[in-house]
Amino acid sequence: MSPSIGSLPPKYRVTVDPDRCMLCGRCVENCAYGAFRREGDRILTNSRVCTACHRCVAFCPRDAIDVVERPLDYRSHPVWTRGVREAIYNQARTGKIVLAGMGNALDYPMIFDRLVLDACQVTNPSIDPLREPMELRTYLGKKPQRLELARRGDGEVELLTELSPNLCLETPIMIGHMSYGAISLNAQLALAKGVTAAGTFMGTGEGGLPEPLRPYQDHMIVQVASGRFGVDIDYLERGAAIEIKIGQGAKPGIGGHLPGEKVDEAVSKTRMIPVGSDAISPAPHHDIYSIEDLAQLVRSLKEATEWKKPVFVKIAAVHNVAAIAAGIARSSADAVVVDGFRGGTGAAPRVFRDHVGIPVEAAVAAVDAKLRRQGIRNEVSVIASGGIRESTDVAKIIALGADAVYIGTAALVALGCRVCGNCYRGLCPWGIATQRQDLVDRIDPEAGGLQVSNLIHGWTLELMELMGAAGINSIESLRGNRDRLRGYMIDQALMDVLDVRSVGA
Amino acid sequence: MCGIIGVIDRSREPMDGTAIRRALSMMNERGSGEGAGYVVYGCYPEFRDYFALHVFFDNIHETKPRVDELLHQWGRVVHDEEIPTWDLPRLRKVHTPWRYFFRPDTRLMPRSTTPAEEIVTELVMRINTSVEGALVFSSGRNLGVFKAAGWPEEVADFYRIEEYEGHCWLAHNRYPTNTPGWWGGAHPFNLLDWSVVHNGEITSYGTNRRYIESFGYRCTMFTDTEVVAYLVDLLVRRHDLPEELAVTALAPPFWDEIDAMEDDRRRLHRALRLTYGSAMMNGPFAIVVANQESMVAFTDRSKLRPLVGAEHGDRLYVSSEEAAIRAMDPGITRVFMPRAGEPIVGRVVA
Amino acid sequence: MDEVVIDAAGMHYTPLNREIRAAVAAGARRIRLENVLGQRFIANGVRGDVEILVHGVPGGDLGMFMSGPRIEVFGNAEHAPGNTMDGGEIVIHGSAGDAVGHSMRGGRIFVEGAIGYRGGIHMKEYEKKRPVLVIGESARAFLGEYMAGGTVLVLARHGGPAVAERGLGSGIHGGEIILRGGIDPVHLGVGASQVALSDDDWARVLALVREYARRFGIDPAPLERREEYTRVVPASARPFAGKYAWE
Ligand code: SF4
Ligand code: SF4
Repeated sequence: MSPSIGSLPPKYRVTVDPDRCMLCGRCVENCAYGAFRREGDRILTNSRVCTACHRCVAFCPRDAIDVVERPLDYRSHPVWTRGVREAIYNQARTGKIVLAGMGNALDYPMIFDRLVLDACQVTNPSIDPLREPMELRTYLGKKPQRLELARRGDGEVELLTELSPNLCLETPIMIGHMSYGAISLNAQLALAKGVTAAGTFMGTGEGGLPEPLRPYQDHMIVQVASGRFGVDIDYLERGAAIEIKIGQGAKPGIGGHLPGEKVDEAVSKTRMIPVGSDAISPAPHHDIYSIEDLAQLVRSLKEATEWKKPVFVKIAAVHNVAAIAAGIARSSADAVVVDGFRGGTGAAPRVFRDHVGIPVEAAVAAVDAKLRRQGIRNEVSVIASGGIRESTDVAKIIALGADAVYIGTAALVALGCRVCGNCYRGLCPWGIATQRQDLVDRIDPEAGGLQVSNLIHGWTLELMELMGAAGINSIESLRGNRDRLRGYMIDQALMDVLDVRSVGA
Repeated sequence: MCGIIGVIDRSREPMDGTAIRRALSMMNERGSGEGAGYVVYGCYPEFRDYFALHVFFDNIHETKPRVDELLHQWGRVVHDEEIPTWDLPRLRKVHTPWRYFFRPDTRLMPRSTTPAEEIVTELVMRINTSVEGALVFSSGRNLGVFKAAGWPEEVADFYRIEEYEGHCWLAHNRYPTNTPGWWGGAHPFNLLDWSVVHNGEITSYGTNRRYIESFGYRCTMFTDTEVVAYLVDLLVRRHDLPEELAVTALAPPFWDEIDAMEDDRRRLHRALRLTYGSAMMNGPFAIVVANQESMVAFTDRSKLRPLVGAEHGDRLYVSSEEAAIRAMDPGITRVFMPRAGEPIVGRVVA
Repeated sequence: MDEVVIDAAGMHYTPLNREIRAAVAAGARRIRLENVLGQRFIANGVRGDVEILVHGVPGGDLGMFMSGPRIEVFGNAEHAPGNTMDGGEIVIHGSAGDAVGHSMRGGRIFVEGAIGYRGGIHMKEYEKKRPVLVIGESARAFLGEYMAGGTVLVLARHGGPAVAERGLGSGIHGGEIILRGGIDPVHLGVGASQVALSDDDWARVLALVREYARRFGIDPAPLERREEYTRVVPASARPFAGKYAWE
């Protein structure tokens, strides 16, 4: 509140219908922001603190609660939107950078929703995936360009080529890096149980590997980011693979910051920093100022782990992403993670979240094309992340050239997240983006793990159906198969980048 | 749904085109009269050391000089002529088929281990992508592809196919869904020594095309079959895989089958799938590939298209239908069906 | 008019079938087709009580939609003999290609030798109709896939396994597949399970075994050991329930 600006219209209005309410008090208990209080035989609300996280709505036994978004709007204006005006009020008041949660919130067209998939009719049979084999197994890592064989005397051939270590996924869907600290231990545990059950992998994020997650370490990709929090040889050896994080789609070019308040005893232990200290991840790795330095770090990690672990490199999808990926392919890295500008985050400056970077669809298309043109596509796997919302997005991005995807927000939604965008406040009523024990306890890792594996399983079934309908029984044959995509109302320039034809063509 | 047939005589005894003409017509039910073709190996013994380039010209006066010029730039043409044809009432000659006997100047490609082949490949790609109105559809030594839009017997008679002799023949009766009536779209597809006939549709075409183009091949025929010729050339000639393993790379066992193999084989098969995942072909297909020395036939991993093999002495036959083989050679002794993805291989012995 | 002989040499299948139909209409009891080579659709949709002898190799879809006649082939058959057949019989003195008995609703097929992929695919039964497919040697992958009724019997007379490939009874939701010599469970398809034969089952199988032996003139005794047989049936009538959830 500033005297000359006054208060802004509330974002939400919460009302309780007294005729329905039975005064059970669940909303009061569940709301982490204190939006509800009981006075006599009424539940009163404070709408100003509401984040529309829907925790109350989900647990009210009487459907007595209504949350209305923007109960009072500004005079509408296509240029001076609500978001723009409120950012100005905020900055006029504070003189600071505006932080925001979750992914890109501007209304850019979704490329995914303008690409349509193909199906067989007559000239080839579609395949019923439950009856006939349908292979989603995906190996991530370097592949040789060709094989060296020796023909033995008995007519058999012997394989001379030594394959690099690859990660073997039963489905091309992994869960991206969300660190302990950014999300709760129970949330991480649920994700870990989910990926283990689904035969796939998750990232640890830059928060170390908390002790209770160790039983799932064979399904975890440990991250090395610019702050190097929690990184030691033990951590590196535990992971199934190692990922160097250069950048993040939600905030390309800038670092991260876990506020000291979130660094409690347990977080301090896994990150290996003092309790209460800010955990600052610098924008760049200060040992990487150029592409050859990256190659250096890749080799150093490989050397430390005796060349047994694949090393991934994650970059934000920026304009020149294809050339950067080609550079990474020439290092010893095994996979490049391309994180599009719709990627989620606990907190990012609003201007970065909404304005920096490019969509993952275009980025993956460009990366795949560049690697092929240079004849080095087998040198790295391509992992797409940032804005993968459902199985069709997975199918489309693989057809554009990705080997596998990371999902983030979708996995949290499977745990109850309502995409309210207030993760940075550390009070997530769903027990996800918080370290407050009573809130963390709201996630049962067992049940949560089942929800996560259910989600991956459901998508996997849908992927099989989509592939089967297209007459494809192995994911290799979908990868880069842009002929099975058509663009619907996409302009020619973008069509050229995606290398797809128009619907009807 | 197309009809395919192939025969190889393992002792290199030549066969003329009469029997295969008859056999292919047997399968007219599988075609639509919009494309048929033949390839014969060993048909140009007098020019055995020269690449026989068969070219469709839309217009002899305008486009041929440009092809002549390119060929002279890269080597020497010892002989060229229009491919002899008969006029037929129902087959309209929309292109003029021409043949050149060409020897590339290998000094122009000093760094390659197979410079002659590299030059011819480059020329084929270049003519087909940049010389409008010219299409090279056959480019091997001592072999010739003859194809056009029409029923098999019309195409055979047009090219006087019964007059050619060779120890290996492939033929194809087309039912087009893409590029109907386009002569270039008929099979066989050929590059250098490799010729391919194909029944079915390759649902992984986009993946395969992008893969093969990253090795410098350019797909110019707007159809999924040419990619097979290039894949085989890459795997066998450039990557030196034995033919059986090349077929395995193109139609590999399923992962559960690989997982159940014993150690060495499992390593090999896993390596093949990892390395050549983008070369793997999906969708229903039966394919016959041939070169001077061998003929290899195989189907997709689920055997969604038919394929029958048969033998008679030194002759090995493959076809979509047993009846077609019997039409060609009533004396066949052994008839068999290969398993999905398992190649039928015939090699000349001498 | 008892027997009609048609020389099929060089004949297209449409006139050939026209002659077959004309002969049936004229009351022929037996039609002998000589020099058959590759003609498809022989006896396609033909009704009635007549015997058709095929000398040579017929083309695909032999006896498709057929309802009543009895076909005997002296040679191999190609793709999908007995496709969507409604009634009658096909006896093949040889082997057959893929999709034998595809969607067959009634009648019986006896194949002396082996068959290809997807034999008995989507065979079904309806009211009193119960299709039967008996194979003397072996079958390839996806035997009885999607099967909804009827009996497939594989006798493995060649000495090897009846089926040694994947997808046996994949998606089966009715009917039975009976195999002599058992199978490796890894080849069982989704929704198929293996059970022992009941007395009733055995009686049914034994009758078919003897029928097969009679048709091909062999001694049934070596095929009459009950303990050698195993029966594959649907694990449930709705194999793919559990795959979907409502929005
Ligand atoms: S949860 Fe619902 S019923 Fe319970 S007190 Fe709150 S509004 Fe009333
Ligand atoms: S994780 Fe929690 S705080 Fe963050 S968006 Fe989801 S529900 Fe809101």
